[in-house]
Amino acid sequence: MNIKKITADILIIGGGTAGCYAAITLSKISGARTLICEKADIRRSGCLAAGVNALNAYITEGHTPEFYADYAMKDAHGIARYDLLLSMSKRLNSVTAELEKLGLVILKDENGKYVTRGARNIKINGENIKPILADAVNALPNTDVLNRVNITDLAVRGNKIIGAYGIGVEDEAFYVIEAKAVIMAAGGAAGLYRPNNPGFSRHKMWYPPFNTGAGYAMGIRAGAEMTTFEMRFIALRCKDTIAPTGTLAQGVGAEQVNSLGEAYDDKYGHSTSDRVYGTVVENTEGRGPCFLRTEGITPEQEDDLKKAYLNMAPSQTLKWIEEGGPREKNVEIEGTEPYITGGHTASGYWVDINRKTTIDGLYAAGDAAGGAPQKYVTGALAEGEIAAEAAAEYIKSIKAAKIDETDISAHIAEAARFLDKSDKPSFTAEQLEEEMQKVMDEYAGGISANYRYDKARLDAADEKIRRIFELSELLRASDFYELMQIYELRERLTVALSVIAHLGARHETRWHCFAENVDYPGRDDKNFNKFVNSRLVNGKIEIILRDIPKGGASE
Amino acid sequence: MSVEIDKSKCVGCGGCKSICPGGLIRMDDNGKAYIKYPRDCWGCASCIKECPARAISLYLGADIGGKGSRMRAEISGDIINWIITKPGGETEEIKINRKESNKY
Ligand SMILES: Cc1cc2nc3c(=O)[nH]c(=O)nc-3n(C[C@H](O)[C@H](O)[C@H](O)COP(=O)(O)OP(=O)(O)OC[C@H]3O[C@@H](n4cnc5c(N)ncnc54)[C@H](O)[C@@H]3O)c2cc1C
Ligand code: SF4
Ligand code: SF4
Repeated sequence: MNIKKITADILIIGGGTAGCYAAITLSKISGARTLICEKADIRRSGCLAAGVNALNAYITEGHTPEFYADYAMKDAHGIARYDLLLSMSKRLNSVTAELEKLGLVILKDENGKYVTRGARNIKINGENIKPILADAVNALPNTDVLNRVNITDLAVRGNKIIGAYGIGVEDEAFYVIEAKAVIMAAGGAAGLYRPNNPGFSRHKMWYPPFNTGAGYAMGIRAGAEMTTFEMRFIALRCKDTIAPTGTLAQGVGAEQVNSLGEAYDDKYGHSTSDRVYGTVVENTEGRGPCFLRTEGITPEQEDDLKKAYLNMAPSQTLKWIEEGGPREKNVEIEGTEPYITGGHTASGYWVDINRKTTIDGLYAAGDAAGGAPQKYVTGALAEGEIAAEAAAEYIKSIKAAKIDETDISAHIAEAARFLDKSDKPSFTAEQLEEEMQKVMDEYAGGISANYRYDKARLDAADEKIRRIFELSELLRASDFYELMQIYELRERLTVALSVIAHLGARHETRWHCFAENVDYPGRDDKNFNKFVNSRLVNGKIEIILRDIPKGGASE
Repeated sequence: MSVEIDKSKCVGCGGCKSICPGGLIRMDDNGKAYIKYPRDCWGCASCIKECPARAISLYLGADIGGKGSRMRAEISGDIINWIITKPGGETEEIKINRKESNKY
């Protein structure tokens, strides 16, 4: 096998939103040799690839960082870290200013002030937000970017990070990377559950299908403490295209209505999870399908909507052109498959105020990091900056360590085993992925189960996912792309097992749909006003309940 | 959801192959691009915007209500001109200026 050994001071895993901004920060504040390993190409990778339509986290005039942190605490029904939220919120506006300097177009009024969309959003042209970030990164000194290098595992000695392993899908090489510190910015996980469109358009999902939860899986295997995987993110999205709805709801003020034309927004509460729940109940009680009421908007509004969607979810505009626009037809909405993403809910690595994980030298930022929901683009940038500052400080007292040859050999042997073509099984990674998604859907609260689950079904899910994991050992790849598919499947299975364990550990229903536990339908503040965390110890997932640190709206 | 690549227009630059976030596009023996994994397309349109020959178009799979229209883009400077061709040959164009913000 072609083996490439590389050293860097700081390795950034994932050149997405947080990863790119961490690199930009590092080059400003330190002379560290930085390496970004990105499974795609940083010019169009991760959540920002197609473009985004607004900056959802901004401190608008008359508001404070505390206001934003309080809002996020409330939306999470109290299960979030006020300290993390506040430290992020304090940087939202400075990272926005930096983005504008790099070339992002932000809408301004005649006085040169940003035009807001609600109390926390500002309007942009986000079509080329990723190329803007990538151009800035590609111009940095001391910073190397390896595109098409998929990181598969962390190298940890004692409880200290010393590097990572990866596979080069294009150069068909095995990568061994030694680094003093690592910033995990590989995003969240899509494709754990059977998606909305399980057939030909199976990847027409909201969250990027190429974000497989690799970052979480590596941390779980390395024994890092993870938090709140039970707070799944389920989005309300446009039917079929799974395009975002915020532009319709906040942009033209479209209400959620059922098939009788009744607005049901106020009936179920206004938190993110309540909105999904309302739609599920309207459907199950026979008042579906549900829509966003757009009929009767002006022709100008319709034109602007078509343009706005082209800048972030072009398939929705295509759908309107094929089927008639939002002016003549309300836009049908549906709940998505459950995703795990620390940028919307609180799932991810358990981190301290510096975004340091429980492993020394390993930092997490963006959707990979837990505890701070409602991060969105600017929150991911802010966390990339915080993690970079902390990592730069940390490496000052760290000597480079060599990864043990035995550890390297074991990782290469695993890849070589998957590449050995001699005894291919009768099944493929694709089939096992479909089986995993079916199990998660039916037994662990997916779309077909109306997001509900109970202990008996979770136990069955656990057993079935473990069996799929065993079968995945037998998979064989005929090239490095197929090798990556095997790793992706195993990453998803690893995350799925943690999700199942977390769902089973929260004996209450605090968030409808996100964690709808049929055995415990009510909220239990006495016992569960706590974080559900976990750690893999000797192959077993141990659950740790942690108190909510003081501070914020829930006080 | 997927893309279609018109080999007669493709000039073999490899841009689409290197930009696709899923690594789904490959070059054939004649140096022309093709989508190897059409079912794994996210519909992000990155390849379409990258193609200098306007050879790539997006379509909605029939499983999500697609009716056979194709959407491609012509980019010059800050202007992206999206061109949608319906099955009968009728076209619709929407021009977007990258320097103008979304209204919503
Ligand atoms: C479709 C969509 C629309 C959105 N719209 C908005 C919006 O309008 N406004 C807003 O504020 N927020 C929006 N968000 C949220 C916001 O974009 C995300 O929360 C944020 O970009 C996440 O940043 P991140 O760096 O954590 O993840 P990403 O930007 O996704 O970066 C993760 C990176 O890691 C790479 N990667 C993954 N696995 C590996 C691996 N094993 N090895 C190497 N690299 C790897 C990925 O390819 C990717 O480049 C949207 C999100 C989505 C999905
Ligand atoms: S639309 Fe996006 S995911 Fe689909 S082939 Fe093009 S670049 Fe790849
Ligand atoms: S970007 Fe266009 S011209 Fe270049 S290889 Fe792809 S299809 Fe061909």
